[in-house]
Amino acid sequence: MLLWRRLAALRGERTPRRLRAGGPGPGPGPGRKSDGGGAPRPLYMDVQATTPLDPRVLDSMLPYLTAYYGNPHSRTHAYGWESEAAMEKARQQVADLIGADSREIIFTSGATESNNMAIKGVARFYKSRKKHIITTQTEHKCVLDSCRSLETEGFHITYLPVKKSGLIDLKELEAAFQPDTSLVSVMTVNNEIGVKQPIHDIGEICRAHKVFFHTDAAQAIGKIPMDVNNMKIDLMSISGHKIYGPKGVGALYVRRRPRVRLEPLQSGGGQERGLRSGTVPTPLAVGLGAACEVAQQEMEYDHKRISQLAERLVTKIMSEVPDVVMNGDQEHRYPVLAHQLLWSLPMFCGQLEQMKTWLTHLLDLALVVSLQKKKWIIQCRSAYST
Amino acid sequence: MAASSRDQVLRLYRALLRESQRFSSYNYRTYAIRRIRDAFRENKNIADSEKIEELLNKAKANLEVIQRQGTIDHMYATEKLIIERPGNT
Repeated sequence: MLLWRRLAALRGERTPRRLRAGGPGPGPGPGRKSDGGGAPRPLYMDVQATTPLDPRVLDSMLPYLTAYYGNPHSRTHAYGWESEAAMEKARQQVADLIGADSREIIFTSGATESNNMAIKGVARFYKSRKKHIITTQTEHKCVLDSCRSLETEGFHITYLPVKKSGLIDLKELEAAFQPDTSLVSVMTVNNEIGVKQPIHDIGEICRAHKVFFHTDAAQAIGKIPMDVNNMKIDLMSISGHKIYGPKGVGALYVRRRPRVRLEPLQSGGGQERGLRSGTVPTPLAVGLGAACEVAQQEMEYDHKRISQLAERLVTKIMSEVPDVVMNGDQEHRYPVLAHQLLWSLPMFCGQLEQMKTWLTHLLDLALVVSLQKKKWIIQCRSAYST
Repeated sequence: MAASSRDQVLRLYRALLRESQRFSSYNYRTYAIRRIRDAFRENKNIADSEKIEELLNKAKANLEVIQRQGTIDHMYATEKLIIERPGNT
């Protein structure tokens, strides 16, 4: 038994056996006992990765998963019309959240697809004259990977470094522009450390240089007010499952005035203005729309509540845990993304077990603890949940 | 007029809180209760009867959402969270 545990630890298995022991494996189901049937579930703190569905969002989606199942592109009958009406309503809800026109919203399968569409689409459309793209080193993997794949097509990419605070240096950005720059891509709020980039300023700079500005706003949407006109954003990626909406849906905002042209990634029947062919999943789109509407209504209230919680978390940890360093800029961060506070704690190997027990007992949280050389890097992702 | 409106508001408030208690998910339950309390508290001094009617309609719609979603949540209930010790919410 003891040998098994040691082997499991060496293999790096993190799920303790006791959690797997309860109930018929992972997965829900009506047959599953609820009270006292199995081991208690851990507290969810990885809200940066995904969020649960808001009940209001699920409520708006269910009719389109059960009764109103028509294809929104079916022009000839009532099932199609009602589905299309719901899809257009959702489009308007998304547009309202970011101050855009509903014709500028394209539904996609998520922010990854939106990022791919924006970067590869713009780059390839203008490739005859413009072959340069600027981005940062802290972008999401899908942005960095899209840029890497463009490099093999003959584009050259500038990856701007970030300062110690996690923010980019605007002077470096200015210096990076070239006559053949077609696109600048900077994410609004970082998903690892929660810093908020100066989007207003970057938008101004890009407008002055007549270069398109794309921002991956997956973590920012619905949490901080975004306005594509104030911030001079030309392309914006939106993710459904980061704002208490369904997984598998996102949106791309594509400015119409001045028109941003994209080469479509996905060929087909010409849906979504020809930019993203494929049947729009009505229930998911409706869910995204509802999530955006709820987010807009609740933004102020939620911001206040989460700021309180984040303040408490940060203050307590910084004051009571010794030798802690918080990564990322203190000022220019989104307080809710105290969601993603990375702390570094110097630790001696001998005190390992003791520290682990103390922390688990003290915080009673589901922490991901990993050992790097002689330091514990504790990734504490605090939850949005009350 | 004011008295019956007041009764209506109170009845809705109690009904909303009662239905919210039925959520089996800790997250949904605590959020719903807190949100309902804060929303009613925030709007308690509104005098304009049109605005009151609009808010009441919104509350009724939300009550229906909570009733439906409470039932669904109950159907797909799972184990309690580790922090839901007896005595907590």
